[in-house]
Amino acid sequence: MPTAPLIAYAHVSKSFAGTAAVDDVSLEVNQGELLAIVGGSGSGKTTLLRLATRLVEADSGRITVEGEDVRALDPVRLRRRIGYVFQSGGLFPHFSVADNIGITPRLLGAGPAEISARVDELLELVRLDGALHRDRLPRELSGGQQQRVGVARALAAKPHIVLMDEPFGALDPLTRDALGDDYRALHRRLRLTTLMITHDMTEALLLADRVAVMHAGRLLAVAAPAQLADSDDPYVMELLRTPRRRIERLTTLLPGDGAA
Amino acid sequence: MSIFADPRLSEATAHLPDYLGNHVRLSVAALALGLLVSLPLAIAARKRPLLRGVLLSFASIVQTVPGLALLALFFPLLLAVASLTLKWFGFEFSAFGFLPAMLALALYSMLPVLRNTITGLNGVDPAILEAAQGVGMTPRQSLFMVELPLALPVIMAGIRTSAVWVIGTATLSTPIGQTSLGNYIFAGLQTQNWVLVVYGCVAAALLAIVVDQLLALIEVGLRRRSRLRTALGGIGIAALVAATLIPSLARPGASYVVGAKTFAEQYVLSALIAQRLQAAGLSASTRQGLGSNVIFEALASNEIDVYVDYSGTLWANQFHHADILPREQLLAELKTVLGRQNITLFGELGFENAYALVMPRKRAEALGIRSIADLAAHAPLLSIAGDYEFFARPEWAGLRKAYGLAFRAQRQMQSDFMYAAVASGEVDVIAGYTSDGLIAKYDLVVLDDPKHAIPPYDAVLLLAPTRAHDEALQAALRPLLGRIDIAAMREANLRASGSNAESSPASVARWLWDKINR
Repeated sequence: MPTAPLIAYAHVSKSFAGTAAVDDVSLEVNQGELLAIVGGSGSGKTTLLRLATRLVEADSGRITVEGEDVRALDPVRLRRRIGYVFQSGGLFPHFSVADNIGITPRLLGAGPAEISARVDELLELVRLDGALHRDRLPRELSGGQQQRVGVARALAAKPHIVLMDEPFGALDPLTRDALGDDYRALHRRLRLTTLMITHDMTEALLLADRVAVMHAGRLLAVAAPAQLADSDDPYVMELLRTPRRRIERLTTLLPGDGAA
Repeated sequence: MSIFADPRLSEATAHLPDYLGNHVRLSVAALALGLLVSLPLAIAARKRPLLRGVLLSFASIVQTVPGLALLALFFPLLLAVASLTLKWFGFEFSAFGFLPAMLALALYSMLPVLRNTITGLNGVDPAILEAAQGVGMTPRQSLFMVELPLALPVIMAGIRTSAVWVIGTATLSTPIGQTSLGNYIFAGLQTQNWVLVVYGCVAAALLAIVVDQLLALIEVGLRRRSRLRTALGGIGIAALVAATLIPSLARPGASYVVGAKTFAEQYVLSALIAQRLQAAGLSASTRQGLGSNVIFEALASNEIDVYVDYSGTLWANQFHHADILPREQLLAELKTVLGRQNITLFGELGFENAYALVMPRKRAEALGIRSIADLAAHAPLLSIAGDYEFFARPEWAGLRKAYGLAFRAQRQMQSDFMYAAVASGEVDVIAGYTSDGLIAKYDLVVLDDPKHAIPPYDAVLLLAPTRAHDEALQAALRPLLGRIDIAAMREANLRASGSNAESSPASVARWLWDKINR
């Protein structure tokens, strides 16, 4: 059983210009867990993620990371110890792949040799050919490769926690599937704690240990995929309808071996 | 004769190291100062809309001030500041030449750099900014590692625009005493030497193109992360600056500086004075094309050593007297007031260059006009033209008052074009100069001034305070005193207004020296 939560939100609220983006949310992410937050655009899921690294500041409530209240921490140091994978990469276009990956260790004061070794290690980890890719600029890579670099960059300073903001949203389904699986494996192997945002319920169900559903700034449900169906919230049921319908249609379209 | 064999061309080229060197040093210093101020301001303003608005409006307003006016304004401004520092801190600095020119040009260079830096920084993708924050960069690290590098192409484009503007506008720093490629243009305009004008324009344009291309090389190098190109561009700029520094370091500074105002007669006389000094074994150079007030202040602060002024001009403009004294009394009075500033009125050259109302002889005879008093009756139907100064001068106010003159229209023109304008009937009367050779050439007549409303304008030699007891200088100048009569000066001026190879101020000065020694 997991011990103390690595990230904990307690009654957290945040408004922008009078509109509540996050409304009294309490959520705990346990050590080693991969928790996916699902919601439509404007649901407040990205704000919730940003609150954890103080990219935005909460109006009220308390957020702790590894047991420490984030308000007591220097935001820059806080961010350097948390991996962050941005929507569609967020790579620095004027940095080579190696420079992008090595940025957080560099900010932390690591030497060039150490950084170089770490970059090689990470390229291998995210399954990119180092010799081929390390000196390239981001624009010379495919979308999937860019996002692999994004993951490598997030992991470079050996964080315990990784935050992912719709990391695979802009990718084609095949790449997305492969990358999702690869990340899931990494998450387990490196004993990471991951909080991931997605608007795709199917992806959340397939990858996450637990799924949190947000709508209009409120947290409607948090449960393991198998238990999510027990929710009687209409919005959660609505979200689950799409994957269900797909399964039904797929089973008729692609009959399994058992039927033969 | 091929244009390349024209002696004016080789004469112009002889000045090139000096003019170009000064021009490059001025432009580089102004641009560097401009960048030093604009870049931090732009960075500070990028997230402060109020400051940004104020800065950009200020820079835009500066840009709408004509370059010549901006440069001219910095002279009295610095003069005032210099007198304050003298009073408060016991030191003063030169408000003449380099400093006002550099400050005005630096101000002029700000707009493109400010605008492009702000635009470039604000144009960085917000997602990239968030990523910079997210990976743990401090605002400073984000600025230097991400925002500035990404905005660099836009910033460099602004710097290139600035550089071209500054190099072009620097040609206007000649009247405030800073040598530049503008010396060719101003000298050429005043003496109708079009070869010089074109030479100056082409030289300034070539310099601007070369600098622009070197900066473009740096820009491309930075954008493509090509160290070779960046280094080549940087080396090119450094080489250009070094090349213009070497000749001026190697050449010993001239010990005497002869000033000249902005018209042909002054160019000739300053050349004549410089030649006399050189003949006496003194080293001398000229600073030409200086504005009336600038040249007097420059002499008073020992920036130049000697120049020719006119008694009436000093009396009315420099000392603001409205009354008009008889000739001898005026000179005596001037001597006293100049002496209070330690300026020596060394003596008269022997001719007078007064303002005079001039019109075509035939027209004057047809209308029965002989004097300004006769003219007054016809004035409401006539138009008058004067140089850029005339209508603002107290003599004009005095003339109008004395004779009740009211013209149908008044126009300002370049003095050398006035005579042709009045001869062709473009205007009816001009405020010309009595020593101008064009009066005879176009068969014009100088109208009498029976009420003596126009003060006497004896050409006088003025010496700077430090030269008050300089025997070598005074001995070299003494042979000029009382020797140049109005006929000789008119002919010299006529020669200088020609556009052949013998019409350069130096050639005319040699001719004039031969003439008065015959």
